[in-house]
Amino acid sequence: MAYNPGSDVIEVVRHPAKGAAASTFRVFGETLRGMKTTLARVVEGPVTIQYPEEKTPVYPRFRGRHKLHRFEDSGLEKCVGCSLCAAACPSDCIRVVAAENTPDNRVSAGERYAAVYEINLSRCIFCGYCEVACPFDAITMGHDYEMSDYTRSDLIFTKEMLLAEPLERTPLRAEGE
Amino acid sequence: MIGLANIDYFEPWWMQIAKALVIFGVIFGVLPILTVYERKLLGRFQHRYGPNRVGPFGLMQPLAEIVKFALKEPFRPRTSMGFLFRLAPAISIMTAVGGLALIPWGNVQDIFGTRTGLYGIDVSVGPLYVFALGGISFYGIVLGGWASGSKYSFLGAMRAAAQLISYEVSQGLALVGVLISAQTLSLTGIVNAQRGMWYFIPQIVGFLIFMVASFAETNRAPFDLVEADGELGGGYFTEYGGTGFVAYLFAEYVNMLVVSGMAATLFLGGWLLPFGIHPPGWVDPFVVLAKMMIFMTLFIWIRATLPRLRYDQLMSFGWKILLPLATVNLLVTAIVVVH
Repeated sequence: MAYNPGSDVIEVVRHPAKGAAASTFRVFGETLRGMKTTLARVVEGPVTIQYPEEKTPVYPRFRGRHKLHRFEDSGLEKCVGCSLCAAACPSDCIRVVAAENTPDNRVSAGERYAAVYEINLSRCIFCGYCEVACPFDAITMGHDYEMSDYTRSDLIFTKEMLLAEPLERTPLRAEGE
Repeated sequence: MIGLANIDYFEPWWMQIAKALVIFGVIFGVLPILTVYERKLLGRFQHRYGPNRVGPFGLMQPLAEIVKFALKEPFRPRTSMGFLFRLAPAISIMTAVGGLALIPWGNVQDIFGTRTGLYGIDVSVGPLYVFALGGISFYGIVLGGWASGSKYSFLGAMRAAAQLISYEVSQGLALVGVLISAQTLSLTGIVNAQRGMWYFIPQIVGFLIFMVASFAETNRAPFDLVEADGELGGGYFTEYGGTGFVAYLFAEYVNMLVVSGMAATLFLGGWLLPFGIHPPGWVDPFVVLAKMMIFMTLFIWIRATLPRLRYDQLMSFGWKILLPLATVNLLVTAIVVVH
């Protein structure tokens, strides 16, 4: 007994079969329509961003390369070497070695300071957990994303490099842009 | 003795050599610019810029590419046939360049006190000569695909054999309407016959058939099944690299130029300008070049628009639609002309 699917089957609706002449005419019209579509793309102009010359502006909360900060008034480092950033780092790319501040060698505002502060940017995943973990806002994520280098060792950023005033190479997106 | 064709050589021999050199030089100066033009225009059609890094506006791109191709190692597959493998691109490019001689760039002018026709040769069998060269140029493609000893190349060559031959029929028949109207086979004669009205208007059906068949003849999209980079990895020139590849590429572009020149000559009035404008004689080649550029732009525009046809669609379109249309067009033209 043949299978009867009943009346619930999907019916495919096809346009009536057309002759060669009608098909040719239709294809011709569709071709012209397609050509109009592509020409409209020429009129609109390219949307490419010519990267090295022009850059996409980043949003204010964009997580680029890290920065270490100083107090603006006293010039002391904000980092007290607590290693909370290193503990929070999921890719384990921050290395902090703390040392005691002494009266004649005062580096940070707290008791201790970071004698060594290194971030291995070839491991960093730019998650921003270090920024969240820091109790003193000593480390923040900047906007710089152009960090290519020729050797891996050049990607280990030391404290001096992170503290230095960064070259603002990335445009910031304006309000409402 | 009756010659095969009547060729009016009224220039001195040095003028003929000079003409050949100038035509060759100009075309091979235009060609690299044309490749950049195509890629830049294709880019515009896709919301991007196209090559713009090498030199001003990317105009030095072909130079960089030629250097790159010339420095490639000339290798060939172990299964290929050496002599034929090297001969095939040469056939392709020679037949393509041979077609250039036919394009009339202008009327007979007075240059340095010498009567000179602004064309390579003006044979009494003009379009037939072009079709003959086109027929030989199939050998370049089919031999290249076959001698490569590769499946992809062979498939491309098979497609080329079928496609080029079936579309050449329609292309030829579409032309006959023009030839009947002009009552001559000489290309300069055809241009001069268009002084009243360009054949583009009375022969609009023939013009459209000719253009569609020309797209198929030059292996351009949407009829680029012969190359079909997505399915055959390049078709008949899959195994070619370096200079062999460049030869095929140049042959394709020269073929496009020749077809554009033929279309401009046969349907758009060659060097004639509309509205009774009669510029001095030296303007004529630029008029022809401008008309050719219109067709080149059309080639690129179509390439940016239409997807590739399926093989059975290609065949049924060629034989079931184009060929009957061309035949009817020819019949109607013949009846109109006779009456």
